[in-house]
Amino acid sequence: MAEGPLKLCVMGGTLVDSTGVRRGDVCITGDVIVEVGADLEPPAGSTVLDASGCLVTPGLVDLHTHLRQPGAEEAETVETGSRAAALGGYTAVVAMPNTDPPVDNGAVVAEVLELSKNALVEVGVAGAITVGRAGERLSLMRELAALGVKLFTDDGNGVQDGGLMRRACEYAAGLGVTLAQHCEDERIAGYGVMNEGVWSSKLGLRGTPAAAEDTMVARDISLARLTGAKVHFMHLSCASSVELVRLAKAEGLSVTAEVTPHHMVLTDDLVRDYDPVFKVNPPLRGVDDVAAIRRGLRDGTIDAIATDHAPHSPESKQLPFDDAPPGMIGLQTALAVSYDTLLSNENHPSFSQLQEFFALFTSRPARIAGLSAQGGPLSKGSIANICVFDPDERWTVESDSQASRSRNTPFAGRSLKGRVRHCILRGEPTVVDAVALR
Amino acid sequence: MTEFRAPRHLLSIDDLGANGIREAMSLAEAFAEVERRVIPKVPALRGKVVATLFFEDSTRTRLSFESAAKRLSCDVLTFNAGTSSLKKGESLRDTVEVIEAMGADAVVIRHSCSGTPVQVSRWVSRARVINGGDGSHEHPTQALADCLTVRQVIAERQGVEPDSLGVECFNGLRVLIVGDIAHSRVARSQVLAYTTLGARVTLCAPGTLLPGNVESWPVGVAGDLDAAIKETDVVSLLRLQRERGSGTYVPSLREYTQGWGLTARRASLLKKETIITHPGPMVRGVEIASDVADMEQSVVKRQVTNGVAVRMAVLFLLLATSDARGGIQRG
Repeated sequence: MAEGPLKLCVMGGTLVDSTGVRRGDVCITGDVIVEVGADLEPPAGSTVLDASGCLVTPGLVDLHTHLRQPGAEEAETVETGSRAAALGGYTAVVAMPNTDPPVDNGAVVAEVLELSKNALVEVGVAGAITVGRAGERLSLMRELAALGVKLFTDDGNGVQDGGLMRRACEYAAGLGVTLAQHCEDERIAGYGVMNEGVWSSKLGLRGTPAAAEDTMVARDISLARLTGAKVHFMHLSCASSVELVRLAKAEGLSVTAEVTPHHMVLTDDLVRDYDPVFKVNPPLRGVDDVAAIRRGLRDGTIDAIATDHAPHSPESKQLPFDDAPPGMIGLQTALAVSYDTLLSNENHPSFSQLQEFFALFTSRPARIAGLSAQGGPLSKGSIANICVFDPDERWTVESDSQASRSRNTPFAGRSLKGRVRHCILRGEPTVVDAVALR
Repeated sequence: MTEFRAPRHLLSIDDLGANGIREAMSLAEAFAEVERRVIPKVPALRGKVVATLFFEDSTRTRLSFESAAKRLSCDVLTFNAGTSSLKKGESLRDTVEVIEAMGADAVVIRHSCSGTPVQVSRWVSRARVINGGDGSHEHPTQALADCLTVRQVIAERQGVEPDSLGVECFNGLRVLIVGDIAHSRVARSQVLAYTTLGARVTLCAPGTLLPGNVESWPVGVAGDLDAAIKETDVVSLLRLQRERGSGTYVPSLREYTQGWGLTARRASLLKKETIITHPGPMVRGVEIASDVADMEQSVVKRQVTNGVAVRMAVLFLLLATSDARGGIQRG
């Protein structure tokens, strides 16, 4: 018997994508959506995934994942990180270039792409803006772009030298790629290890003020205006940065911005017990910043929710607070934390609320990342990258049951409403009933 | 007054509260009497094991704790971070667990990173953790020694026993803390201790060395030291912590001394009753003029002596059984 391409049907859900919200089933053959509609009859021989009570959306796209390979395999690998991503509903992640060696030349891009061939998500590789992320001279951006790199960043550090950033903007504009900035003026940050505020003052920990972030946001908005480059602001954490981006967008500049789930929920008082699991860069800020981030998400100032999934080994997170590395994992919790925060208070979120919410995880980040097979819509002929999310299932986050190789989730012990039930990558189920298939 | 229950650990002055500070000072006075005996040793904590884990250079605080432990007949384990297994890559957590496995009943920890004793307190199963100074966070036993010293001076002037004053003598007392407050663990513990006891605390420092968000602290801030110094009952000087980078926070040491040092000229503005404290080590000629350090109003040496008594009190509070506590002679 000749085996045809795999046939898969997602039945009984509510479809949410850029075209709208409607009841519907999705039938897939091979890696393509072949039919979308209400009350479809699954073709003979197809596998049926139950989506009743669920929201069926394009697979999520994370603009900001640290897969740690090559160089820090004790913390994460492409395999473990992509499994965590699939369990979180993702079908694509953008891998950050602060690996060892960093992604500043074609050979490392090729290595990461090779490692990603059998990953449970599509891996977009981000390249470094400067050689060795040292902030001194431009990386081989044209060579990297030719290998498919669409997003460039020195993430972990911002580009400190304004003159060099100007050249990067001009060069990137010519290549048609996007620069993503980790916004932190290191001189102003001054080796801070948490938000500068009431808590840093009480705890005797060095603080990083919001000014360290918004200074660089302001500089790069000016450079975007000067050069016409596409600039994406990563993990904005404070009210003043959000306001600057709001003004830049009103002016019509080609800037975009992301925030993380932890910055929209957690505040700096959590550092009070000196547990480095709450150490992250940019740091957790105050309640006013959290409110401003949520406002920015509602009014369209913020384009995407990104995880900044940053795995670190348990040993490193037991160092003294000053010495422990900053970062939190987030791939498995991002959607539920965000849904719980932004929508679960609504008894029945409106169609437009649902559409706007999922755009933050799907179509908008896909466009910023330049991933054409991602972000939907769920229509005939689209590549079948799909997330099935049950908005009513309650579950408790356990740090020991994360697919990531690391355990540094700040949400351990939290009860969340909403859980990813299934995930489909190019027509292949990667997660069924909240269990990864490989 | 409700009976005071000793905290499990002493990580911050906040662990004691007003009742705890009163209790610690009361015990310390009793132990100060022990120190004056021909054989300054009591069997109060015989068989208890006290480990000192000092990850940052310190002579006086470590000697003070070890001396306190020995006078209470404890056995002392000295962990020297410079030559220890930490150099071989052992983690702090493993080190602490090994020390506890060797039978330590109390672990005194000094570390250059704020919060390390708090982290250690989560890893011990039985041992008590005492903060011997952590980064720029707290140094609770130093603040207790300062309070004890100030109360002794007040008691002598009134011709009464110090312990008979309780902590009421701090109510309304004006305390001026001068110097590198931002980086100072002593300042944070002093502010908590003095304000908990009802004192009115004022800070005076260059803008770079005031703590961030100082408006959230229960203190006043004085711009002009000359004016502030005339109106205080206690002036606490702090060292400029150049090892924490504070040298770059002022244009020059000379300018710092002119603006915020207790020079001979400035000392002449003090009321004669004003008590001068300094947690040590002093840098003569920078935050305090040499002649001023040796003035009668300066109680620096008494602070050191009282440091031992206060650390005996803290060890006793955390380690003694309630029976033993009842047996300690007061006053």
